[in-house]
Amino acid sequence: MLRIECPWCGVRNEDEFSYGGDATVERPADDASQDDWYDYVYTRANPAGRHREYWHHINGCRAWLTVERDTMTHEIFSTEPTSASLPQPQRKTGSL
Amino acid sequence: MYYSGFNLLKQALGGNRGWTRAWRNPEPKKQYDVIIIGGGGHGLATAYYLASMHGITNVAVLEKGYIGGGNTGRNTTIVRSNYLLNPNSQFYEHSMKLWEGLSQELNYNVMFSQRGVLNLIHNDAQRDGFARRGNAMRLNGVDAVMHDLEGVKKLMPHLDFSKNTRFPVQGGLAQPRGGTARHDAVAWGYARAADRLGVDIIQKCEVTGIKRDGDRVLGVETSRGFISAGQVGVAVAGNSSRVFGMVGMKLPIESHVLQAFVTEGIKPLVDTVCTFGAGHFYISQSDKGGLVFGGDIDGWNTYAQRGNLPTFNHVVAGGVTMMPCLARLRVLRQWGGVMDMSMDGSPIIGKTPIDNLYMNGGWCYGGFKATPASGWVFAHTIANDKPHRLNAEFTLERFREGRMIDENGAGALPKAH
Repeated sequence: MLRIECPWCGVRNEDEFSYGGDATVERPADDASQDDWYDYVYTRANPAGRHREYWHHINGCRAWLTVERDTMTHEIFSTEPTSASLPQPQRKTGSL
Repeated sequence: MYYSGFNLLKQALGGNRGWTRAWRNPEPKKQYDVIIIGGGGHGLATAYYLASMHGITNVAVLEKGYIGGGNTGRNTTIVRSNYLLNPNSQFYEHSMKLWEGLSQELNYNVMFSQRGVLNLIHNDAQRDGFARRGNAMRLNGVDAVMHDLEGVKKLMPHLDFSKNTRFPVQGGLAQPRGGTARHDAVAWGYARAADRLGVDIIQKCEVTGIKRDGDRVLGVETSRGFISAGQVGVAVAGNSSRVFGMVGMKLPIESHVLQAFVTEGIKPLVDTVCTFGAGHFYISQSDKGGLVFGGDIDGWNTYAQRGNLPTFNHVVAGGVTMMPCLARLRVLRQWGGVMDMSMDGSPIIGKTPIDNLYMNGGWCYGGFKATPASGWVFAHTIANDKPHRLNAEFTLERFREGRMIDENGAGALPKAH
C-alpha cells in the first residue's frame, strides 16, 4: 500500500488515487516531427529508481499531483501540485 | 540421462543413487556464436530451438539469478490461444501446438494438462463480442465452443448462479484445448534439453553492459567478465527497458507488477481454468490442490517483485463475486512478477536498430503460454537474421508505423492492457 501525501488533504491511502504515468514526457508542438510524436506517445524511460509521475487524487480533492517515487523501494521523496494555477496548499501534516 | 519408465525402475532398484545432474554448470567461455540474456522459459527455449532446429550449438544463456526464478516461476501457469487478432491468434496457436508435443520433445514432463479455459459471459454485448472472438478463433483453426448457461453450470457448478447477483452468468466461451502446465518444469525441461545439445547455461551471471562498435554488438560485460558474441538475443521481460538502456534505446514499455495468489490445498473443486467476465479474475486448481488465481496488475511503474494490498482486495472481491465459496478459503501465498507492459498489450519479438542485437519482450500478461513459440520464432529470427512469418508483425517499429496489435483496444496506456 502506497501512502501518498496530498498537499491539500494530507497522507492518504493509494486507493484514493489514480495513476497518471510518467511526468517527464512533454507534449511536442503540433508541427513537431513524427519521431518527436512517437517518443511522446510511446516511449518511456521506465527507470529502475527515481521516477517522476502523475497521480490523480480522484477519490479525494480531485487535484493532479506530481510525485517523485522510487520504483525499486516505493519510497516517496516528494509530492507537489501539478498545476501552478491552483491555490497553493497549506500543507497538512500527519495522517488519517 | 534419458528419462523413461525403464530408467525409473533401474534407478529405483539402485536406491536412486545413479541420477545425474539435469544440466551442467559450466564456466563461461570467452566467445559464443549466440548469447541469450535471460535464463527464463523464453531464453532457454530460444537456446534449445537454436540448437535443435538451426544447428547453432555454441550458445550461452546468461542468467543473473537462477533459471526460471523470474516470471517463469511467478505466473499462474495458464496456457491458451483464444485471441481475436490474427497475429496473436496464429502465434499463440503455434505455441499451443508446440505445448501439445512438448513433454515428448523435451523428454521432460511439463505436466501440460488440457483442462480447458472458460471465459464467462454476463451480458448481451459481451456475448456478441465473444461470439465474434470464437468465430475468429475457428477461422484461424483454433478450437472454440460457445456455452449457454446450462453448459457453464456443468463445467463450473460452484459459480454464483443466483438471480439476484449483480452480474448474472449468461454463458461462456471455452477453449477446450487450453489448460495449465507446470511452470518450473518448462524452464527445467528446456534447460536440460538445450544442455544436452551443447548449450552452456550460466547462472549467477549478470549482464552489466553491452559492448558495441557502431551498429554492431561485440559482446557483453558480465559479473563474470567480458564474453564476446556473434549475436545477442535479449529475453528479459520485466527488465527489457534496463537492458536496452545499456545501448541507449528507449522502449515503448513500462514495468508493472502482476500478483498471483494460491490458497490452501483442498479437494478437487475447479477442473478447468475459469475467468470472470464482469471483472478481472482468473482461477485454476493446481495438482497439489491449491486454487491459483490472479487479476489486474497493480497499475503503476515498479520493479519490485511484490504486490500491494489494494490490488489483492480488488482481485479477491472479483473472485468472491464470481464464486462465493472462495470466501471460506485461506490464502496461503502471494507473490509478484514484474511485467514488460507494452503500449499495445502485445509482445515485441524481432530485430532492433542494432544489427546483431535481437529483442524478445513486452509480454504483458501473456508470456508463459507463449514460451514454446516465443523461443521457436526468436531462434528463427536470430538464425536467419529475419523474423518468421509468425512474428513478422510483432516488430518494435509497429508503434512508429501505426500498426498496433491492440487486442483490448485500450490505446497507448500500459496499465490498461
